[in-house]
Amino acid sequence: MRLRGFVLGLLACVAAAPAFAADAIVLASTTSVENSGLLGRILPDFTASSGIEVHVVAQGTGQALDMARRNDADLLLVHDPEAEQHFLDGGDGINRRQIAWNDFIIVGPHADPARVAGGHDAVAAFKAITRAQAAFVSRGDRSGTNALELRLWKAAALDPKSGAGSWYRDIGGGMGQALNAAAAMPAYTLSDRGTWLSFKNKGPLAIVVEGDPQLVNRYDVIELDPAKHGDRRLQDAAKLAAWLVSADGQRAIGAYQIDGEQLFHPSADAPK
Amino acid sequence: MSTIAAVIAEAGDPVLWQIVRLSLGVSVGATAIASAAGLPLGAALAVFRFPGRVALILGANALLGLPPVVVGLALYLLLSRSGPLGALGLLFTPAAMVVAQAMLALPIVTALAHRQVADLWRSYGDALMDLGATRGRSIPVLLAMGRLHMLTAVLAGFGRAVSEVGAILLVGGNIAGYTRTMTTAIALETSRGDLPLALGLGLLLIGLSVLVSMVAFGLAGRSGA
Repeated sequence: MRLRGFVLGLLACVAAAPAFAADAIVLASTTSVENSGLLGRILPDFTASSGIEVHVVAQGTGQALDMARRNDADLLLVHDPEAEQHFLDGGDGINRRQIAWNDFIIVGPHADPARVAGGHDAVAAFKAITRAQAAFVSRGDRSGTNALELRLWKAAALDPKSGAGSWYRDIGGGMGQALNAAAAMPAYTLSDRGTWLSFKNKGPLAIVVEGDPQLVNRYDVIELDPAKHGDRRLQDAAKLAAWLVSADGQRAIGAYQIDGEQLFHPSADAPK
Repeated sequence: MSTIAAVIAEAGDPVLWQIVRLSLGVSVGATAIASAAGLPLGAALAVFRFPGRVALILGANALLGLPPVVVGLALYLLLSRSGPLGALGLLFTPAAMVVAQAMLALPIVTALAHRQVADLWRSYGDALMDLGATRGRSIPVLLAMGRLHMLTAVLAGFGRAVSEVGAILLVGGNIAGYTRTMTTAIALETSRGDLPLALGLGLLLIGLSVLVSMVAFGLAGRSGA
């Protein structure tokens, strides 16, 4: 008797499995957007007005683009202009639009061994960190933040890999992981402002460099080309993209604050 | 203190209970599948003699240490829309997480069931055969005789399923309100620097595991084992 009940229960489990299948669009986004809490705040507004459910899968920009290439996403919200252009050139994406911007900052220990605090020049700070051989945490995960960091090293004409094993620490993880590591060492790291503001384990870290025009952080929404990804739910995805750039969506993005500080500046009308 | 405060602050949150329900649902489902396949398989490996049997036993024991992230990656590539099973549309669903955890729990249930049934078979096999049972008919009898050990095997499989994070993060995607479980929520809260909440969720997960064990052994005890 008990065995039969068990088998019946099992069959019920298996029969119920198709009911799990997704009836929502998949938005591939970045850890910086997810960790900041923005999407959790604004997407319910979109779902309420459109009836379309959105599943957010948060990865680094590089991984998010790969996911879309493999046909596992319906829409992209990412922040690496160079990698995005490459994606568009490859014929996978269409209709890239900027929806918001904020900025990157360099954070580091209060003790400031490289003496960079108060600066507004990221390249100069990277040079000073190298000179001082001060600990620096790199994301090392092909994210948008990691891509900018590598561009800054290039602009400084430095090869940080020469410090690998000593002061340059490539942790291969998300923004939060990098901040946790930097707080524990302590070390300098490059962070987007949204993640930093919402991060709760700051420990000995503080902002040391900000306000460099090179540190602007643009978030773009990219739709997928139906010619290559026609079996995805692209019409619903296009509705979400349209909502993000609409007055309603832009207002929702601009209204998102943590501790009275605005995390994202809406920029669909006037891209930075 | 802040850990306890963090969990109490979340206790009234329906989001938290949805995560707990999903965690338990996925892991219980995975354990049920792994047990339905692993208990008879482990017993059959103990009772029958056939070519490839030793290889299967070695395989089940070797896979006890199967890395979850490898299972997740393999399953991800299979279930991706551009992969061989992409048409099923299972990637980033709870069903994909059930499959991943079942794959991780199966070797554990199989290896532990085999070990125990092999002992019982050595002790009682001849007697069962003298009474006229076939090897096949002996399996349910042996499983019933060793049911407390079988329960341990099932609970070990459940423990593996409910605690892993590498595989379900890859195939589930940690989607809020849909595929976010206790373990992926702990990983997320850690990355958000909310260490007290992450630790609190961890304690809650341990508490749930204890509860599941107690209920399971309570039921087994009542059934006269």
